[in-house]
Amino acid sequence: MTTLLLFNVTNGLIIGAFYVLMALGLSLILNLSNTINFAHGGFLVIGGYIAYAITPYVGFWGGLLLAPPLTAVIGLVVERLLIRPLYGRDPLYSLLLTFGLAFIIQDGTRFIFGAQGKPVTIPPFLAQPLSSELFFITGYRLFMVGMAVAAVALLFVLLRYTRLGIRIRAGTLDLETVASLGINVQMLRTLNFGVGIFLAGLSGVLAAGQLGLEPTMGDSLLLPSFIAIIVGGIGSLPGTLAGGLLIGVASGLTAVFLPAASEAVIYVLMAVVLLIRPRGLFGEEGMMT
Amino acid sequence: MSGEQTRKLIALAAIWAVLLLAPYWMVPLGGYTALGTRVLVLGLGAMSLNFLLGFTGVLSFGHAAYFGLGAYGAGLTLKYLALSTPLAMIAGILLGGICGSLLGLLIVRRRGVYFAMVTIAFGQVFYYIAFQWSSLTGGDDGLRGFSRQPLDFGLFKIDIVSNEKAFYFFVLFCFAIAVGIMGFILRSPFGRTMIAIRENERRSRFLGIPVERHIWIAFSLSCFFMASAGALYALVNNFADPRGLHYTQSGDFVIMAVMGGMRSFWGPLLGAAVFVTLQDYLSSVTVNWMSFLGLLFVLVVLFFPRGLLGFLQRSKA
Repeated sequence: MTTLLLFNVTNGLIIGAFYVLMALGLSLILNLSNTINFAHGGFLVIGGYIAYAITPYVGFWGGLLLAPPLTAVIGLVVERLLIRPLYGRDPLYSLLLTFGLAFIIQDGTRFIFGAQGKPVTIPPFLAQPLSSELFFITGYRLFMVGMAVAAVALLFVLLRYTRLGIRIRAGTLDLETVASLGINVQMLRTLNFGVGIFLAGLSGVLAAGQLGLEPTMGDSLLLPSFIAIIVGGIGSLPGTLAGGLLIGVASGLTAVFLPAASEAVIYVLMAVVLLIRPRGLFGEEGMMT
Repeated sequence: MSGEQTRKLIALAAIWAVLLLAPYWMVPLGGYTALGTRVLVLGLGAMSLNFLLGFTGVLSFGHAAYFGLGAYGAGLTLKYLALSTPLAMIAGILLGGICGSLLGLLIVRRRGVYFAMVTIAFGQVFYYIAFQWSSLTGGDDGLRGFSRQPLDFGLFKIDIVSNEKAFYFFVLFCFAIAVGIMGFILRSPFGRTMIAIRENERRSRFLGIPVERHIWIAFSLSCFFMASAGALYALVNNFADPRGLHYTQSGDFVIMAVMGGMRSFWGPLLGAAVFVTLQDYLSSVTVNWMSFLGLLFVLVVLFFPRGLLGFLQRSKA
């Protein structure tokens, strides 16, 4: 029983780490661009397939290192060409545009790589379980969680100490004031979008090693990431972090006792949070109503 | 009667003439009656969403849930409870409308993107329920094993089961009732306050309009209309599909409304006609129809944000 419990909590934490990576990127973009990026799952898929395509030439580590920035570059281009013209319009339009983009990306990857899942080989020493008792903790799973923790830590350092990060945070609170202080808000939004897409690309590469690649792999992560943001409170990145972990562990734990409800429990959690704290756990009055 | 009013009356007469005669002009043009029926049903869905989106200015991106609930409500009634088409309609409308009204209580205090996100997330709840509860709903395969029944008026029966034209007119009849009520509400003082909220929420609040309660009523009404479209959709296909509850279906409804023209009453119907015809055509000629549909979303947003009707009105003025 303890092993089973531990197994599911570990699973929950790992899936929670993916929710966090996805949701933090979504949250960054939502805060500064007021855009719900429906194509975020699509960018995850792009990240994974880029890694798949370049691994034969640069190896697993090269793929891990190169795929996220390449995905981010695609994100920058998309933002510049398609999303920037929509700032200042009703958020409905950027939502619809990214929604269409998600279709195109999914269909495009299917067209190029085929609908069949693609396996991604990981270095053999990472594929071993740590011990026979804790068979479910493979090196790769630890490695994924380690990478996710590192990425999140790096993001918070970036936001806390660098000029770009401080501007992003200031822009979240009051974009007009930031603009009137002479900061190029368009550029800020573009860079911020790039950071968000980088995180999606990273989750794509990591997920590819664990689950293999499929054109639809981003879909199952998108909605839980939305819920992580809502539960944590819109406008709060620490909230998103907590929300992602919370729903990951909650669905993991539910899987022990009532497997059929493991997906439903995160919606129940969201409803309860909205009833008790309509702004989410870390959401503050007056932010991004 | 002023010129404006005359023109509106003529347009209205033209719309109803086109709809009433559809089974007769569609077939020679290469369409088929069932396609017209689907346009009507999905058009009703898009108009129901636009009741909220275009006339209250609130962005719901989870309305497929109430569409799908309407479909399942009708399907389950026909399959397990009663072999009656009107009863199935009523059950579907009640199921979708009541679920929407209850969730609306949780949702209506949010605005903008937050509102959109919460509606998407709550909409998915029903998708998972339909997907998981296989014993009742058929799960991923959808709900099968029911079919619409002839309308029984005691003295005479109308066969809407095998007679496609009769069924089209039955759907048109339901459509007309729903759209009539919708138009009536929009002309009422309540409808005017909806538009006031859309134009300036803060000022409406200062004028003493209970904004939250009005948005909730508009949301609930829109869910009831949406559920009626869903119930009809189940009758069209004799089938209820979990994908009808999915947020991608919500996206389809939003794009129909936007493509036709959000600010006009009839715009979404036009959008639905274009969308359904295009989808029907594309999926018959290419396997990559999803890409083209996605491209349609992108193009509409970038170049026709006011929709077809908005575009026509603009170029006229």
